[in-house]
Amino acid sequence: MSDMTSADGASSPAVLAPSVAELPHTRIEPKKGWVSVGLTDLWQYRELLVFLALRDIKVRYKQTALGAAWAVIQPLFTMLLFTLFFGRLAKVPSDGIPYPLFSYAALLPWQLFAYSLTESSNSVVANERLITKVYFPRLIIPLASILAGLVDFAIAFVLVIGMMIWYRVAPTWAVLALPFFVMFTIVTALAVGLWLSALNVQYRDVRYTLTFIVQFWLIASPVAYAATLVPARWRPFYGLNPMAGVIEGFRWALLGKSPAPGAMLWVSVAVVAVVLVGGLYYYRRMEKTFADVV
Amino acid sequence: MTDVAIRCEGLAKQYWIGERESYKALRDVITEAFTAPFRRLRSARSSDGNAGGEKPMIWALRDVSFELKRGEVVGIIGRNGAGKSTLLKILSRITEPTHGRADIWGRVGSLLEIGTGFHPELTGRDNIFLNGAILGMRRAEIARKLDEIIAFAEVEKFIDTPVKRYSSGMYVRLAFAVAAHMETEILLVDEVLAVGDAQFQKKCFEKFRQISTGGRAILFVSHNMAALRTACQKGIILDRGGVVGKGEINAVADQYLAALSTDCGTESIETKTFVLGDVSITSNDGPVIKTFDSVEIRTRILAKAEVLNPGMFVSILTLDNQRVAALAFNDFTKIKSLSGGEWCELGFRIERFPLLAGEYQIEIDLTDLDHHKIELVNKKYLFEVVESPVYGGRKIDRWFGLVGLQAQAFGGPVAAEAGDKSVATLG
Repeated sequence: MSDMTSADGASSPAVLAPSVAELPHTRIEPKKGWVSVGLTDLWQYRELLVFLALRDIKVRYKQTALGAAWAVIQPLFTMLLFTLFFGRLAKVPSDGIPYPLFSYAALLPWQLFAYSLTESSNSVVANERLITKVYFPRLIIPLASILAGLVDFAIAFVLVIGMMIWYRVAPTWAVLALPFFVMFTIVTALAVGLWLSALNVQYRDVRYTLTFIVQFWLIASPVAYAATLVPARWRPFYGLNPMAGVIEGFRWALLGKSPAPGAMLWVSVAVVAVVLVGGLYYYRRMEKTFADVV
Repeated sequence: MTDVAIRCEGLAKQYWIGERESYKALRDVITEAFTAPFRRLRSARSSDGNAGGEKPMIWALRDVSFELKRGEVVGIIGRNGAGKSTLLKILSRITEPTHGRADIWGRVGSLLEIGTGFHPELTGRDNIFLNGAILGMRRAEIARKLDEIIAFAEVEKFIDTPVKRYSSGMYVRLAFAVAAHMETEILLVDEVLAVGDAQFQKKCFEKFRQISTGGRAILFVSHNMAALRTACQKGIILDRGGVVGKGEINAVADQYLAALSTDCGTESIETKTFVLGDVSITSNDGPVIKTFDSVEIRTRILAKAEVLNPGMFVSILTLDNQRVAALAFNDFTKIKSLSGGEWCELGFRIERFPLLAGEYQIEIDLTDLDHHKIELVNKKYLFEVVESPVYGGRKIDRWFGLVGLQAQAFGGPVAAEAGDKSVATLG
């Protein structure tokens, strides 16, 4: 052991450093004020985004007896409950769509949203180890945490196809807008998640408020009932809850029966745009303290 | 720029006391909002500007400047809390400096910890890709080196097993293997060589030597002075956030050890009954402690009120808290009483101090037999025994164990008939 300096002297250097001219230059200094979103940096690290998302997907249902079935069980049972209480007993109108299909079609984007919001809000705190030990664009963390929800969504989506066949509801051309609404669901969750994840680093209150927020938001969104329940002239204001636009739009795109969301949707889009841009800047501003505070 | 890899100018980092900023509950912010105007009034009056002294700040780093050239391996030396890790964190862009700047030419790979992001449920193979990506490697780069990494870690058979089933040795080897195959021009390494068995550590050393001969720059933080002397050409000593010495590694290491061994700590610590002043461990045979020196451990204590039969336990522990030896003052001699407010010195002289090279810590318990109390001083004092030719010939390092034995060797050819008579041969 004591001769470790002299051992293996024959092995040649494996790598030669590239010439000086092509070495990237980084300057580290305190950043003041507003900073850019850092898209180029994000693009450089896109593979990490994929690996982190893959990790979450692979790990999600490890050591569970029912595995990926959980992705269907949750919306399915919520739908049964809603059908019993709202559909049968309270007789909530459902835009002429069979109530089970009506509520399940809304639960799909809702579950995706609730999952993405919860995961992204907790993501920075949950990945404390990474943040305090390695550099990478911090935006990767909430972004990656959201992607795993899409797998659950895809699994749960299979059931809605079955239900549409059962209830003989054929999709219309509106179905082409579906990808847009899936994207919109995720972006809405991300917009709010950016704020909450950065706040969560400073204030752990977020963790406890989150369950409440999600519950509250579910009641405030047209999942168990139709947005048409809201008087027409108030509907644009209802759009201030972006999930109203998302869910009504999703239901319209998938089933083609509900009225297409008009002004309400555009209000929702505008709200999300504002929250997203604000969230991005707030997150970027706070991220330099993450490693010190988390 | 010519051959400079890293240039730091006046780097400084300020933290709230307690090393890290603690996260707040919203409640605190609300109370703060209410009390803030009053506090501002008070601090305006006291005019020391430190917001009423409520949030004391410490400088984890102050005015650190140095240059690291390509092909150089530089060791960063310093006690716990000297700012070594903070420096690495700033250079790896994990946290921002408060002042100053650093320029870096080349990609930086930072190993502040190995196995960052390893997930226990994922297989070895998945974890290689994940960990590689976290360290900033490209997917293609990892795929190209996959076999090499697996072979280096010696986990071929288990590569498709979840790493939670790995032994801790395998886990660490795999984690290091990924890190060792980074191809960045600059490497920042924190203590990672303190892992794995001796055989694997040697392998890691070789890997680092190869890396530096490849023209890359390495900044290396370690407590292991022997490792630093072997691996580095230059050293930088940090103390309380500032650079107190730099230069050729052996000179710097000696300077550090000399300072360390004479003065374990000068801040006094209070327990219920006592105040413990400075603790020191010195060699009577030179500036640094070597095996078989005559060594003295001294403490100064003050009793807050009169104490009968004061005593102390001095324990020597390894860095992983294995108790190597302990001495009880009252087993040797007794002091009848100590009047309140009076300083006194207690100590031990140890002839032929047996510990071999390495870092150790001293733990002190103060006792007061009258009240049957044992008060553990909540601080460990670090010291180092330097490699020396204990048995005469070469320098003896940690491989030879913890203690030096006062052994004599004998032997020679055995006479033919004497061999089978009195001594039963083994095997």
